[in-house]
Amino acid sequence: MTRLLLSSAAIAAFATAAPAQTEIQWWHAMGGELGAKLEKIAADFNAMQSDYKVVPTFKGTYPETLTAAIAAFRAREQPAIVQVFEVGTGTMMAAKGAVYPVYQLMADMGEPFDPAAFLPAVVGYYTDREGNMLSMPFNSSTPILYYNKDVFEKAGLDRDTPPATWQDLEAYSRQIMSSGAAPCGFTSGWISWVQTENFSAWHNQPIGTNENGFGAIDSQLTLNGPVQVRHWENLKRWQDEGLFQYGGPVGGNDAPPKFYAQDCAIYMNSSASRAGVVANSKDFEVGYGMLPYYADVAGAPQNSIIGGATLWVLQGRPEGEYKGVAKFFTYLSSPEVQASWSQGTGYLPITHAAYEYSTAHGFYAEFPGAEIPIKQITLHTPTANSKGLRFGNYVQIRTVIDEEFQALLGGSKTAQEALDAVVARGNALIAEFAAANR
Amino acid sequence: MKRTIFGNRLLPWFLLAPQLAVTAVFFLWPAGQAVWQSFLRQDAFGFSTTFVGFANYGALFADPFYRNALQVTAVFAVTVAALALGVALILAVAVDRMIRAAPAYTTLIVWPYAVAPAIAGILWWFMFNPTIGILAYGLKQWGYRWDHLLDAGDAMMLVVIAAAWKQVSYNFLFFVAGLQSIPASMREAAAIDGAGPVKRFFTITLPLLTPTTFFLLVVNVVYAMFDTFPVIDATTEGGPVQATTVLVYKVYMDGFVGLNLGSSAAQSVVLMGIVIFLTVMQFRYVERRVNY
Repeated sequence: MTRLLLSSAAIAAFATAAPAQTEIQWWHAMGGELGAKLEKIAADFNAMQSDYKVVPTFKGTYPETLTAAIAAFRAREQPAIVQVFEVGTGTMMAAKGAVYPVYQLMADMGEPFDPAAFLPAVVGYYTDREGNMLSMPFNSSTPILYYNKDVFEKAGLDRDTPPATWQDLEAYSRQIMSSGAAPCGFTSGWISWVQTENFSAWHNQPIGTNENGFGAIDSQLTLNGPVQVRHWENLKRWQDEGLFQYGGPVGGNDAPPKFYAQDCAIYMNSSASRAGVVANSKDFEVGYGMLPYYADVAGAPQNSIIGGATLWVLQGRPEGEYKGVAKFFTYLSSPEVQASWSQGTGYLPITHAAYEYSTAHGFYAEFPGAEIPIKQITLHTPTANSKGLRFGNYVQIRTVIDEEFQALLGGSKTAQEALDAVVARGNALIAEFAAANR
Repeated sequence: MKRTIFGNRLLPWFLLAPQLAVTAVFFLWPAGQAVWQSFLRQDAFGFSTTFVGFANYGALFADPFYRNALQVTAVFAVTVAALALGVALILAVAVDRMIRAAPAYTTLIVWPYAVAPAIAGILWWFMFNPTIGILAYGLKQWGYRWDHLLDAGDAMMLVVIAAAWKQVSYNFLFFVAGLQSIPASMREAAAIDGAGPVKRFFTITLPLLTPTTFFLLVVNVVYAMFDTFPVIDATTEGGPVQATTVLVYKVYMDGFVGLNLGSSAAQSVVLMGIVIFLTVMQFRYVERRVNY
């Protein structure tokens, strides 16, 4: 025992005597299973070389992580790397003095870096108008459709055909309910992200002016177009008829249990929900499909847009750390790391190489559902309406979308009134952001 | 009051210094910063700052959602206080009549006070969850479709119950203590004079409990207004359509989530005004009552 203690003391002494590593702080918002996978990436990088040590720290939810990083920046205690969700992109981009753009970092540090290696549908969301990548994509996902094959069969539907259009989805839902196979047709997570933003991109409808806000900081929302109004109107009608069940604001916490409990036969949510869906659907077989579209809308389906988060590098750290950050980013975007991360989580691979790596290793042949999100975001070359969106104060605008959707379902507003209110309130928030960031 | 005379003029200041320092560092300085921030418009990172005078306040009171939050806070605070006080008083009176089992009941009733507010919130959220909640399921059997995601009334009821539940324990303790300090001889005398239990409660017990009740009323209103953030965050997140967004929750949403620091600071200053007002009320009236 004493000997063991002595030898471990000797090891400890040796460890402290080793040349000092440069520590790189990485603040992130990945809890639970995802957090463990993220920490493994950092640990593997640390084991691979001895100059730098990436220290991941869990900072809570996405908004909490962003707020913590901003507060830390104001107190000059910022981490080198912070994970920021996609709707915080506008905030980060406007803070020119705070962020160290990734393309510039890689060039300054002499790290090989080829923007063309990344999937355009993913990085497009995070590049400026000149095509420069501002942040490093890390976890990107896109909404897809999950369905319960067993319930489909019980309702007399083909268990291998997911609904392709909203018309199909309505008809299938009716049949599922009238046959008694399940008490509800469909539910959805993220009304804002899935049923509003992605819905617009998928139907090639503008979300806002200036290429969905990519072009200028003082853009306007245009979410109250006829196609969006029609969809919200339908959702309200379907909710009244029981075909659709609302899963709650923000991510829609109540939606997954409705699907897992076989109450609702169809469920739309992030591709990164796949691990959860698989783990919770032991009693039935899950099928996968692309998001439905209205067959009579010209240009639909276009391509879906991403969500998730990227890694932003903050200014004001000692010079030595940035070298390590650049090396870490190279490691992070290597095909093996990317492929393992995306296979394990349902997030999209961010590089062509990672996608090919997974394909070559037979991953998509084995799990066909895993390829749907990639096929969906790359279905057509993104248009000005389907590159993504970039508005200031968008975190609050998401809340506005949820509130107005609740007002619609609660019956106090029509779809047109609710979406008009989204636009009016959203534009006020964008104007406020533009004024604060002049 | 007794006056203490210090020989040294500096000694009293020296003795007060730690408390004054704590007050200055943890209250006056941040409060001053909030007041200053409320006159500014600033981006999240603090790169560009503009002095905008009272524009943040103007925008606040022009915002229908802020006026809504004021109203929601008033309704919420009064309902939580009334429910928590009412239930606690009934329980306390019941325990006061017990002879043998009183300590066991007291322990059980005080128990919820040890539960962290966020956990209390999650607990009620689970029970009332429209999909998986046992209470929501029970209500459905009775023909009521509980849905706090869309129904403002249901949502308000949920946060009121969750917030009041915890506070019942606290109020209960004070009421039990208050009841025990009422001399039994008074009630016995009234009983001999022929007053029934209800009459005795309203003419003797309740009036003698007023100092306790008033103290608890202020404490409960302050609790409902400022300490219920975790309960609301864990249950309704202020929804639906801000039907349960109280002032404190709005400060958090606009400041911490929305990063609108100017507006958030202005809201904090308004809240500070309300606290000062409530504290003054408490001191003026509670002191007077206690001395009767």
